[in-house]
Amino acid sequence: MNWFHWFANPARFMRFAARLQPWIMALGLATGAAGLYYGLIDSPADYQQGETVRIMYVHVPSAWMAMFVYVFMAFAAASFLIWKHPLADVAAQAAAPVGAGFTLMALVTGSLWGQPMWGTWWVWDARLTSVLILFFLYLGYIALVNAFDDPERGSKAGAILLLVGAVNVPIIKFSVDWWNTLHQPASVARMDGPAIDPSMLLPLLLMAAAFQLYFFYLLIVRMRGELTARRIRLLRLSDPA
Amino acid sequence: MNAFLAIVRRDLSLALRQGSDAAMALMFFVIVVTLFPLGVGPEPGVLERISAGIVWVAALLAAMLSLDRMFQSDYDDGTLELLLLTPAPLELLVLAKCLAHWLTTGLPMLVIAPLLGLFMNMQTEAFPVLLATMALGTPVLSLIGGIGAALVLGARRAGALVALLVLPLTIPLLIFGVSAIEAAVTGQSSEAQLLIIGAMLLATLPLAPWATAAALRQAVS
Repeated sequence: MNWFHWFANPARFMRFAARLQPWIMALGLATGAAGLYYGLIDSPADYQQGETVRIMYVHVPSAWMAMFVYVFMAFAAASFLIWKHPLADVAAQAAAPVGAGFTLMALVTGSLWGQPMWGTWWVWDARLTSVLILFFLYLGYIALVNAFDDPERGSKAGAILLLVGAVNVPIIKFSVDWWNTLHQPASVARMDGPAIDPSMLLPLLLMAAAFQLYFFYLLIVRMRGELTARRIRLLRLSDPA
Repeated sequence: MNAFLAIVRRDLSLALRQGSDAAMALMFFVIVVTLFPLGVGPEPGVLERISAGIVWVAALLAAMLSLDRMFQSDYDDGTLELLLLTPAPLELLVLAKCLAHWLTTGLPMLVIAPLLGLFMNMQTEAFPVLLATMALGTPVLSLIGGIGAALVLGARRAGALVALLVLPLTIPLLIFGVSAIEAAVTGQSSEAQLLIIGAMLLATLPLAPWATAAALRQAVS
């Protein structure tokens, strides 16, 4: 846990993040470019779905990120409540709009994919409904954090809400197994290995890595911005002139 | 245990003496349901088809309306701080508040639901299942709603916020409540759905008061 406490000093985090930031951007751009090349040009079209299968390279990573960011925020909320880690709350609040964005993107690209494949923009299937609930949870968290005059109160109430809402994550993950509805079951993270051809799996994983790096890049940008804003607020309060 | 009963008795007598507060949620429930025949037209087949969903959605909305009075007045007049200072565990006191909330809103809604089902042309065979889903589901509403009510204490526009926080969490309840009734209407067994709602009740019974207590502690700190 040493590295965890090492970051409890915001100034140290700021220095470290500033050094890490360009590397994350470079790596993210590289994996993103490679993923787009393999996904849009090099990989074959699906024998059933044709060219529309390429929506997958945006849809699936954003859906993964929608869940990952929520889990990340829930862990941040737990460490904020348990260890009072000063950066955890900043991280959760910085991640929330990004996570909501990923969720919205998963919903929109899924809708664009559903129209040619299923013949409908939207069905009230278990997977779609639970992801929509996830989107509402993100919005609820953002609204709750900003609803208090005292930012400290908003942080704590938001952290509790994040932990309560975490029950939805396993429901999303297993919704396609528990309810046999229109959305297809998992084909990458399976006990018997991925049921997807390597020519499609490679760009998918590259894109997933690119999305992940993009998230961490945005997280650092937003956290640095928030820490700077807090410092400005403190300076203003301490300087009467 | 004494503290538990004392809180239930206090909240019940408060609700009975003020009267109008508890009745408001019930009136809202009835009015929302009566709006639907006027809105979608009085054709019996249509009403019968949507009756289960309407009654459940109206119950959710009515519960939202009643949630802000669960902790707000105690928070305003300082009673909440005294409750936190009592030696009894706060989780137990929260459970008492939830029970009192259910007795004043959930139970009356449960009693009036068959009448509304009748309004909506629901088949009489579905009534026992409607009552069963409401009996198992309305306590879950009070328990989950307690979390939301505790989280928004002291927030701006708390009433709208509590709906935004709580309604997404109650969607599974709505889905299984309605599908249980639809199964009964089509002559299938609704045992599976009822078991799932029962499981939700058993899961929220220990977990929700715990989260609510945490929210209350940070609200008065």
